[in-house]
Amino acid sequence: MSLPEGYLDYPARRHGMDHDRYDWSDMFARKPIAWPDGARIALSIVTHVQHFPLDMPAKPFKAPGALSMPYPDFRYFTNRDYGNRIGVFRILRLLAEKGLRTSFAVNGCIATRYPALLDAVAAGGHEVVAHGLDMGKVHHSGLSIDDENAIVAETLRLLRGATGQPVEGWLSPGRAQGFNTPELLARNGIRWNLDWANDDLPYRMRTKEGPLLAMPLAYETDDRVVANEYFQSEPEWVQQVKDRFDVLYRESAEYGGRVMSLPLHSWVSGMPYRVEYLREVLDHILGHDGVWTAPVGQIAAAADAQV
Amino acid sequence: MGAEPMRSDLGLYDYLPWPGRPRITWPGGKKLAVWIAPNIEFYEYDPPNNPTRSPWGRPNPDVLQYSHRDYGNRAGWQRMMAAMDRAGFRGSVSLNVALCDHHPEIIRACADRGWEFFSHGIYNTRYVYNMTVDQEREIIRDAFDTVRKHTGQELAGWLSPALSNNLWTMDILAEAGIRYTCDMFHDDQPMPVKVRSGKLISMPYSLEMNDVIVYNSQKVTPRHYGEIIRRQFDQLYRESDDSGMVMCIPLHPYLVGQPHRIDAFAEAIDYIASHDGVWQATGREIAEAYHASGAYDAMTAAAARHAQGDR
Repeated sequence: MSLPEGYLDYPARRHGMDHDRYDWSDMFARKPIAWPDGARIALSIVTHVQHFPLDMPAKPFKAPGALSMPYPDFRYFTNRDYGNRIGVFRILRLLAEKGLRTSFAVNGCIATRYPALLDAVAAGGHEVVAHGLDMGKVHHSGLSIDDENAIVAETLRLLRGATGQPVEGWLSPGRAQGFNTPELLARNGIRWNLDWANDDLPYRMRTKEGPLLAMPLAYETDDRVVANEYFQSEPEWVQQVKDRFDVLYRESAEYGGRVMSLPLHSWVSGMPYRVEYLREVLDHILGHDGVWTAPVGQIAAAADAQV
Repeated sequence: MGAEPMRSDLGLYDYLPWPGRPRITWPGGKKLAVWIAPNIEFYEYDPPNNPTRSPWGRPNPDVLQYSHRDYGNRAGWQRMMAAMDRAGFRGSVSLNVALCDHHPEIIRACADRGWEFFSHGIYNTRYVYNMTVDQEREIIRDAFDTVRKHTGQELAGWLSPALSNNLWTMDILAEAGIRYTCDMFHDDQPMPVKVRSGKLISMPYSLEMNDVIVYNSQKVTPRHYGEIIRRQFDQLYRESDDSGMVMCIPLHPYLVGQPHRIDAFAEAIDYIASHDGVWQATGREIAEAYHASGAYDAMTAAAARHAQGDR
């Protein structure tokens, strides 16, 4: 086997990042962010609402949570769909009890498959974030620009049509993007995305078709990651989320506002035995002064002029 | 190259069982040398493929994994550094040397604290698999030059990029003047490495104390990582009554520097630092003490005697 030509050449070895998407910056050296009413923490709860097609392709890769048994995979198709029938409503009920308005990242196909689900999300005062068309339609650089643009446009057409919301936020299935994805998002009226896991604060991205914000979304305290990739228990998830909040809260006293993001999945945290653990997390966070819970779009709007 | 048949053994060190070894003493009468090795890394957005190992699980750009690692250079490194400052640990940085070009601000903060830099290759997305000896020598030259230019330091240590190696790697590291390698996990004490020229030692690094193994492979919780570090320390500290041992904690700021992980780590290293018999050292200092105390020569002689059947 031999190495490709130029394996010892480093064309992007220069000051800053090795691409033009965003600039490097030290999170602890930035101008402090001020949240409305002097809040220290913006609590960003993002519940994933997903459809995993029975015939989802394995190439070029499957989004996490994908069906994994031989076709036809009754097991995981229905387990994931549980989230859409029961789980999401259990989470909605808890959020309503707490009086919280949050974000739901919804696959576009849910608008036609389960319009009642979207109605319930909107009726609860929650924001709908575009989560791609379905979990089998991953974004990657093997897609032509036209094909990828068609997925973005169709997703937004469905979700905007069904909810009447502007839908300006995006979370890709599996948080996967191709080289062109940020341009296509900006072209289709997306103002912020949740795919990048490199910060605890919003930051500005560059696209050839206009500005885009990166909004933080925790990767390793995501309920699905902890349960299904790390195989850790619910009490262990609760402890890590509390510890994460405590450190961000402490830092906010010195460094300015922070975002505490809480990614949830309707088919994970919406299980009967898990939802009270979610309550424990919310009780801990909401028991602190200076916590502002808001849909991601409002947090993005508050940050936009400051970053 | 490549036509050489596979070997059944690395052939890089002699067997020398723990009991009966020459005694190691550390400077100032300290019992246990503890060093912390933050891997300050740069993973590329669009790296070339190596036929033996693909840098990313998804096609380029693997935005999720790329950005996860970038977290270390935007946010995690500051938390990690603050925890080490508080406990009085200087880092021995396992450095992807291209980071000197990308983020000299981070390099400056480390250098200002008197941290040591050792080489972890150019990028963590460039492996030495399928390189010729001369290509690998070029990586070593680049690393020496880059670290010297940005920090004034002369490289003493080496951890191969993403732990990728060739069978000749140790020979050409020693030939270039590298004093210690971190690529082998066979001992709790520094040990001579059998190389064609020079005096290379294998410095105890650790797979199992390494946060990337703990978090990404073993899926351990942050608080249990704190417990693992304390137990590793307690055991080695007791055993070092007889002869000096080495404990290493290899870190990655994108992992240990996460907000849900930093406190458990910080408390564990505070605990270590509270013991009088701990020598808070760097890799270079341990290597120097090993030679200066005669341990290198004594271990080499002991291994030779053992090989001749004198036990």
